[in-house]
Amino acid sequence: MTLTTVLLIETLFPNGISHYLLGGILIGVGTAIIYLGTGIHAGASTFLESTLSYASKLSRFQQPKFIASRDWRVVFTAGIIAGAAAYSITLGDFGWTTEVQPSRLFVGGILIGIGTRLGKGCTSGHGVCGVGSGSKTSIFNVAIFMLVAIGVAQLVMALGVTP
Amino acid sequence: MSNSTATTGSTATKKAPEDHDQSPWFLPLVFVGGFIFGIGLALSQMARPEVVLSFLQFTDFGLIFVMGGAAAVVSGIFFVASASGRSAPLSGRRYTRRLKSMDRDVMVGGGIFGVGWGLSGICPGAAYASLGIGNVVILYGVAGMFVGAYLQGYLREVRAGTAATQPAD
Repeated sequence: MTLTTVLLIETLFPNGISHYLLGGILIGVGTAIIYLGTGIHAGASTFLESTLSYASKLSRFQQPKFIASRDWRVVFTAGIIAGAAAYSITLGDFGWTTEVQPSRLFVGGILIGIGTRLGKGCTSGHGVCGVGSGSKTSIFNVAIFMLVAIGVAQLVMALGVTP
Repeated sequence: MSNSTATTGSTATKKAPEDHDQSPWFLPLVFVGGFIFGIGLALSQMARPEVVLSFLQFTDFGLIFVMGGAAAVVSGIFFVASASGRSAPLSGRRYTRRLKSMDRDVMVGGGIFGVGWGLSGICPGAAYASLGIGNVVILYGVAGMFVGAYLQGYLREVRAGTAATQPAD
């Protein structure tokens, strides 16, 4: 590799590539295990709606597809939490806390809740399963949320809000 | 008080069908899949909003490898399995690709999600993993997601109700 290439890679990926790639592969393997066993394309955001079916009588949430999947979606989410916990406890950095302001997390969360439900998926449903399926709908959705998120995050940074 | 234990038989209501009815291994398998998924989110540091924001703000492009790596693995498995014409052992479901219909909601929803993601640096799966790494502050984000999902469902139901009382055009 030429010096320019090395410098370019160090500029684009100051923290290296391997943990990103390995983490991504594990996300794919977890999704693939569920798919091979059950035939289901597991996305993370339907958990929000299906879990609301335990508490809300709205017919919107009482749809058979949410009732049928709400138990395993809770188990899926519990698995995600447990896997991340096991990893961070093993590494000894459990308890790391974000410095992103709670108000940003909360308002961002509301928009994520609305947007993923309206748009039929999130980073895992559209971003991993949909893109992995070569779905034009998902590729389009990912392109939109990626571009919009970049614009908003750049704006937040330009306004001097950190992190 | 008539809050006595429900008697079996005539008073027992028929249970709605659930995805995991077919096999006792369904839920354990989903847990294992979720567990590996969660390790991936923690290892890739996507569970940290700061890392996601550093991607969106162009200071570290590593996230491309997270989504790319995951999509590449899934792509291979989905295509081979769906081409085989077989069905999944724990549910009897036929292997398919994830193909959703395209409409205006896909665009508007993606845009709204993008604003939330860019503002906060969190997305649903990464937020659950963030809770797992002990980042309890993320509960503000998770609470927000439930509020948002409820609002969306509530508004859709109200509008559907209004539409049903109006003559079809």
